[in-house]
Amino acid sequence: MSDVARTTEVAAVDSPAIVRPKFKLRSTKPMIDRYRWYEALGLYAGLAVFLFFVLAPFIEGFLVSLKPLALLFSTPYSFWPSNGSFDAYIRMWDSVPLLGLYIFNSFFISSIVTIVVVIVVVPAAYAFARFQFNGAGLMLGGFLAVNMFSGAVLLIPLFRLMRSLGLLNTYWAMIVPGAAFLIPSSIWLLRTYMIRIPKELDEAAWVDGASRLYTLRRVILPLAMPGIVVVAIMTFIGAYAQQFIFALTFNSKSEFMPLPIGLFAFFGKQEVIWNELMAASFVGVLPVMVVIVFLQRYLVAGLTAGAIKQ
Amino acid sequence: MTSSRSAVMFALALLAPALIYILIIVAYPLVDTFILSFTNASLRPDYDFVGWANYLRIFTAGNFTEVIIRTFIWTMLSVGMKMVIGMCGAVLLNAAIPGQTLFRILIMPPWVVPMAIGIFMWGWMYNGQFGMISGLLQNFGVIDRPVAWLAYGDTAFWATIVTDVWIGVPMVTIYFLAAMQSIPRDLHEAAWTDGAGRFYRFRRITLPLMIPAVLTMSLLSLIATFNSFDIIWILTQGGPSGSTTTMIIDTYKTAMGSRKYGEGAARAVVICIFVSIFCIVYFRAVRKLSQGEAK
Repeated sequence: MSDVARTTEVAAVDSPAIVRPKFKLRSTKPMIDRYRWYEALGLYAGLAVFLFFVLAPFIEGFLVSLKPLALLFSTPYSFWPSNGSFDAYIRMWDSVPLLGLYIFNSFFISSIVTIVVVIVVVPAAYAFARFQFNGAGLMLGGFLAVNMFSGAVLLIPLFRLMRSLGLLNTYWAMIVPGAAFLIPSSIWLLRTYMIRIPKELDEAAWVDGASRLYTLRRVILPLAMPGIVVVAIMTFIGAYAQQFIFALTFNSKSEFMPLPIGLFAFFGKQEVIWNELMAASFVGVLPVMVVIVFLQRYLVAGLTAGAIKQ
Repeated sequence: MTSSRSAVMFALALLAPALIYILIIVAYPLVDTFILSFTNASLRPDYDFVGWANYLRIFTAGNFTEVIIRTFIWTMLSVGMKMVIGMCGAVLLNAAIPGQTLFRILIMPPWVVPMAIGIFMWGWMYNGQFGMISGLLQNFGVIDRPVAWLAYGDTAFWATIVTDVWIGVPMVTIYFLAAMQSIPRDLHEAAWTDGAGRFYRFRRITLPLMIPAVLTMSLLSLIATFNSFDIIWILTQGGPSGSTTTMIIDTYKTAMGSRKYGEGAARAVVICIFVSIFCIVYFRAVRKLSQGEAK
């Protein structure tokens, strides 16, 4: 890429059509990527507005968690917590006695969902990536069609199904339907990844007398591991970020509630103790947020792998 | 190797767990919804078939048509805003300026934090007396007295849209950014050599090549937004006086609030029909587009 950039730069010097900046910027960037000062200013201003929109609720949430209730419920509005303190972070453990359990439940449910999805998806993705059989395309289409329906649409029969399976008010009432709606896109993602593993490897193993299952286990699985990691992370995030409706409808026992539902009960009260609610939210999502910063590369990979044409 | 009988059996064995799982947890409930929509099922264990009565009732009595129209407006506004803001975000994050990596990480929180938690924070921001939006707008003199955004029909309608856009934007932005980066750099460089400015290059190179990504993302967010439940349920529960009741909220209220499973199922079937129409239209559009490219 840098070679291309250099050649075009040479071309640009010869070309009279290009107006070069009057003063020289000491930059090693290719000319095409250089910005005039007002362009850079515009970009940063745009980014500031954009990031403010994205982060405003978190900024406000954090500032609220520092404000004492008296300041919170006072007019006129003050953005900055002038006499802020971390009191709410201590008192919240009394106001929401099960907070620790909610945080654990959220994590636990998402982890089990991830394990279930990976176990189900790896063989299925391999089957779609490697074997031609009648109806393969139709079946894959059928799986993807699941994405059209949300849990909310199928809530009534799912509720009846969970009731007749005796799963209501257990962890499974949230895990089983949660995993179902994450399976189709995971199959699609991992299939895309597995198609790129050379077929010759399977065939070589086959010629050497390895059984099909052995080939999958010893040849394909190690090679597909990066793809499986991406799928696992995407599934975890999906399960973690979207746990609401099943937990709201299929479980009423506080000891199984994930964080959003546990706090929603708190939110529904007549007088919401906002600073503690915000503090609890922050503490609840902090562990996952820290992990995400390290894993963001995989998230981008996961989101965009499906983007590239089949 | 791949076409032999044993290979097919092996493939089907590999597929079996996923297939059985989806058949039980998604396909069966889907069929059950269709069946239930023709019954008067409720909390009682036994129910009778009532033919088209549920469908007749929802379309003649009550305000179902109004709910459908509202859902469409809500969805279109939200998806449109997500696409525009996502595109602007992708352009900004694609610029080669210092801090790029940090900015790309900073847009992720709404996507990875539990949706409900983000919505709680919006709930406070919309508070009229003490919330940030009303407060800051008053400080800047845009409004002269507190506005409780969730207390009035039209402001609540817009407030739920804004929150939905906020949740959807990071994903759209990252997706668009990736699509933008996959555009061959040569094209930009060739145009640049010929003296094309940034804006011209964006309009004539970036935008046309982004059409497939925009189409894919519009369908994905159309489905997600049409089925959006958490935001409205947490912020307004469909109120005030029904002004944010979309089809999903309406279905949930009928089924889980009033325990009218049969009628709720009929409403759910209508949602399924609409979503299927979206998908058919989408695939038609994609086919037409790729034919146009081949010519």
